[in-house]
Amino acid sequence: MWKTILRRIIIMIPQIIILSVLVFILAKFMPGDPFTGSITPQTDASQLHALKVQAGLYDPWYTQYFHWVVNMFHGNFGTSYQFKEPVMAVIGVRAVNTLWLSLFTVILTYLIAIPLGLLAGRYEDTNLDRGIMFFNYVTYAIPLFVFLVLGLWLFGYVLGWFPSGGSVSLSASGFGSVFSRFYHLILPGVLTALLSTTGTVQYLRSEIVDQKHQDMVATARAKGVPERKVFSRHILRNSLLPIAAFMGYSITGLLGGSVFVEQIFTYPGMGQLFINSISNRDFSVITALVMIYGILALFGTLLSDIIMSIVDPRIRIK
Amino acid sequence: MTNSKEKDAVKTPSNAQVIWQEFKHDRVAMFSLIFTIVLILVIFIYAATLNLEKVTNVNIFAQYDRPGQDGFILGADEGGRDGLKMLVVGARNSITIGFAVTIISSLFGIVYGMISGFYGGWLDNGMMRIYDFINILPEIMIIIVLVTIIPKYNAWNFIVIMSCFMWLSTARLIRSKALSESKKDYVAASRTSGTNDFVILFREVLPNLSSIIIVDTTLSFAGNIGIETGLSFLGFGLPESTPSLGTLISYAQDPDVIGSKPWVWLPAAILILALTLSISYIGQALRRAGDAQQRRG
Repeated sequence: MWKTILRRIIIMIPQIIILSVLVFILAKFMPGDPFTGSITPQTDASQLHALKVQAGLYDPWYTQYFHWVVNMFHGNFGTSYQFKEPVMAVIGVRAVNTLWLSLFTVILTYLIAIPLGLLAGRYEDTNLDRGIMFFNYVTYAIPLFVFLVLGLWLFGYVLGWFPSGGSVSLSASGFGSVFSRFYHLILPGVLTALLSTTGTVQYLRSEIVDQKHQDMVATARAKGVPERKVFSRHILRNSLLPIAAFMGYSITGLLGGSVFVEQIFTYPGMGQLFINSISNRDFSVITALVMIYGILALFGTLLSDIIMSIVDPRIRIK
Repeated sequence: MTNSKEKDAVKTPSNAQVIWQEFKHDRVAMFSLIFTIVLILVIFIYAATLNLEKVTNVNIFAQYDRPGQDGFILGADEGGRDGLKMLVVGARNSITIGFAVTIISSLFGIVYGMISGFYGGWLDNGMMRIYDFINILPEIMIIIVLVTIIPKYNAWNFIVIMSCFMWLSTARLIRSKALSESKKDYVAASRTSGTNDFVILFREVLPNLSSIIIVDTTLSFAGNIGIETGLSFLGFGLPESTPSLGTLISYAQDPDVIGSKPWVWLPAAILILALTLSISYIGQALRRAGDAQQRRG
């Protein structure tokens, strides 16, 4: 198994290299350079030119790329034009917010999806199953941003049950601020989680329907194992494992959605920072964010593949 | 012997017949189909009668008119533009873009998937590595970056940029189907009798994938409308001059508008829901028609 994991990690190296080249090319097409952030009216033009020469901005592209990668490994993405701060410091604060929101959403997604998938699979072709499948079709068809805007309008404005934006109320302190933070997570988290259940419900249901007709299930029934135990011991164990492996992929999905969620709920995370930086042409932050999101997505799929190879020995590469 | 054989031979119903049977037995699907066709026709015919410049003209005196006021059935937005007319023009643009992206990306995805699955081996391996790589890219972010840095940005650029990322799921699906088709006897037989690969792929394998392609194209159409409106909502979709349903919903980002002036954005939100829900339902009915085990008709 260690061989499989090692091999999978080695496959990732060229992917990271191509990703970095791509982001580097994108960055080169963006106007501005690492010093745009530190320019003030007092900056001398010739001094700036000297700085640029020193930083190697007139070097051939491969030298520049090499320096860029080395800097990246040192966590140095330049200075933010908008905040006049190192890019990593700007991103760091928001990354924590995005982490909390994503974590909350992932947990909720599984809490909703697993019971629905189990019920639909167990009571296949009943009205309950049809109801869950209808719910699944709705969550599949609705675009996330429309659902979020409608949810925000209904629960944030019309009913006024939840705050309409931000990550923490300014007046809260101590334990109250923890509560306030959680309170701000509920609405965006629940809405996103509801729409993220589609894949898991569908997969779990068809897994269970398949497992039902396996020989080992027939054997268990023939031995006289009670129906409840057939499901909880024999079918569940086999069906739930692949679901665990989806965890990594769902990270990738959530990151894409975070742009919408955070923008709509004015939640100060990486997604909102991205849109904000695009609007302010803060290209050093944009480059860093695209790179970080790409690497996170890579690690997400890596995580999924590793979990998969642990739970399903057939997948291990010989 | 021959007689009984002829009796047993029931004519296989054509694809179109199967689909028609399925829709006849599923009232909701039939309703979705008729609803979608009528809705799209009404939108296109009404939009054709409108003068785009007049519709997008700002009239400050009508700012945020309530529905019914000054003859605006759905009220007016921030610029005093007629809500109903903006809605129709926006819907037409969104549907057109969604359609164009679906055609381009599906065509590319089908060809890519068929070649990859049919030939297999190192070619398939290489093509799948490319697929894997594009798949992990943060597509929404890269589309937004491209939209921002491209000079002379217009609707056509947008269609091309979106299509660059939307062919992936089609390619993956078609590849897996082409892979299993290519191992079947009829392909081997055709190959032995000297048919060239191009003919085998597009004249013999393709028709066998047609029902999957119809389903996939319908579902991606709904999905692409969702993604285009989403990007326009963020302000990185269609350019300012071409309003989209997403642009109309983006007015809801103003805390005052979302709370107290719902007529500005709510109709667009409902229209998107109606479109994506009914198109997806048609797609689901088509999927059932394509799978003999799930057919209701």
